[in-house]
Amino acid sequence: MKNISFSLRKGEILGIGGVAGNGQDELLACLSGEALRPQDRIKLNTMDIGHLAPNARRALGLLAAPEERLGHAAAPDMSLTENAMLTGMVRKELSRSGFLDWPRARAFAQEVIETFDVRTPDAQSAARSLSGGNLQKFVIGREVLQNPSVLIVNQPTWGVDAAAAAAIRQALLDLASQGAGVIIISQDLDELIEISTNFAALNAGCLSAARPMSGLSLDEIGLLLGGANAAA
Amino acid sequence: MLRLEKRPNPSKTWAYMAPVLAVFATMIGGGIMFATLGKDPFEAIRTIFYDPLFSEFAWYYRPQLLVKGAPLIMIAIGLSMGFRAGIWNIGAEGQYIIGAICGAGAALAFYPAQSAFIFPTMIFFGALGGFVWAMIPAILKTRFGTNEILVSLMLVYVAEQLLASMSLGLLKNPEGFGFPGSRNLQQYASAHNAELWTGTGIHMGVMFAFIAVIFAYVLLARHQMGFHIRLTGESPKAAKFSGVNPKRLVVYCLGFSGALAGLAGMFEVSGPSGQISIDFNVGYGFTAIIVAFLGRLHPIGILLAGLLMALTYIGGEIAQSSLGLPSAAIQAFQGMLLFFLLALDMLTNFKLKLASAGSHP
Repeated sequence: MKNISFSLRKGEILGIGGVAGNGQDELLACLSGEALRPQDRIKLNTMDIGHLAPNARRALGLLAAPEERLGHAAAPDMSLTENAMLTGMVRKELSRSGFLDWPRARAFAQEVIETFDVRTPDAQSAARSLSGGNLQKFVIGREVLQNPSVLIVNQPTWGVDAAAAAAIRQALLDLASQGAGVIIISQDLDELIEISTNFAALNAGCLSAARPMSGLSLDEIGLLLGGANAAA
Repeated sequence: MLRLEKRPNPSKTWAYMAPVLAVFATMIGGGIMFATLGKDPFEAIRTIFYDPLFSEFAWYYRPQLLVKGAPLIMIAIGLSMGFRAGIWNIGAEGQYIIGAICGAGAALAFYPAQSAFIFPTMIFFGALGGFVWAMIPAILKTRFGTNEILVSLMLVYVAEQLLASMSLGLLKNPEGFGFPGSRNLQQYASAHNAELWTGTGIHMGVMFAFIAVIFAYVLLARHQMGFHIRLTGESPKAAKFSGVNPKRLVVYCLGFSGALAGLAGMFEVSGPSGQISIDFNVGYGFTAIIVAFLGRLHPIGILLAGLLMALTYIGGEIAQSSLGLPSAAIQAFQGMLLFFLLALDMLTNFKLKLASAGSHP
């Protein structure tokens, strides 16, 4: 991670393109709060949040969905209810003075399953028993249903079947149209071209300046991905 | 050809069956071991498992199950929290010893005064002693990334030397005719961990063991800390994503298990054992590790496993005196329980399949 600088507006979808291994996971970790670094300056609505841990950021409306489904975004051997508790504890009020409200968590998991058409026998199935596409729908749906003001997703549709991928992309579009800011980090250029408002390229830890997607040609995108016009 | 196939969902039936099958496997394995030692295997197994519960003297042995089981259960409950989170406290024996020394020391500091405040003070210092001894591996792990298995284990030997030093020096009984060992706390009324119901031997430690079981159950099932512990053990990356602070968890888990081990030590020294002596510790801290796994790191399981292990201790003692079985054989027996359990435990997550030699893997 070398030089990253960008701003995100309400209702904007910022697509960050780049081949794997250029700092995508690290970028998400910095934004989600898993990697805290004092010199980071991240501001949410003018409030400094660079020093805040993941749950503090969740409380403020900043949610994230990492690339690795089993083992990072979800605990493989835990049920979907428990995985709903994993990130939903703060915004869905699933914890009262430390004590967990499991019926409420189960209801939340059920809501995600129904809204996003997750194919699974019930909310008590282990996360590892779901297919990749269904688990990804659950992971993204879990964050979307928490009404984030900012959502960052990393490779949201990798290894996902076409129908599920379309559903996920639509969910992200709907989220942005409701006023949230969305950052999509993805290797899938078609996806980024399809739904991003603005585009930036991540190359060897440097982020290019964001440009409106509508004006970009494929050649220009290619150049950006290769490292041209990197942010100073 | 046997093949292992990962199950999509962990099998609940096997989760309950594995400990039961492990006990049976141990009976068979133990029986074979006793036979090779020249003892009748059926008689030995009967003596160990059946006699303490149903023989003519069972009325004496049955409450002893609780007395012998209480320290095992208390320590194992504390250990299970850490084990679930992947924090391996192997030095519970040391924390047990230090808790006993601090508890006894606190009591003897007041000798010969009698007061109702002395016993609660002992409880406090017993827990504190174990807690502080467990903080050594905790701080070294969070500060320098040292392995808590090694540090806690090595500190057991340090604690044993401290025990000897106390027995011969600071805590030595001035009226003990020169013999090593502290005053007998059973004769010091305010400090005596007396039996609550005459004839049973059941003391305050047994009550605390039950409280610990209930506390652990509620913590794991309904409290955020319990969820964080389970999550860290299953998926450390997901735990971090969820907002768990791994360093704080290390301190909590080691501290909690240290305090419980120290409490167990304090209840033992002021009750059944009676005094601080060089050979006060009998390995409860290590046996509790077996109890924790035999109970599948679950509070109710640990309660049952602790009683089962107490059964093997008591039955083992009877077998030693009536059959001439060596005490080492009993320890081997207890160890067998652990490895049969760990082997059978694999079947909760994997299915055994018979594959013919030419089939697709």
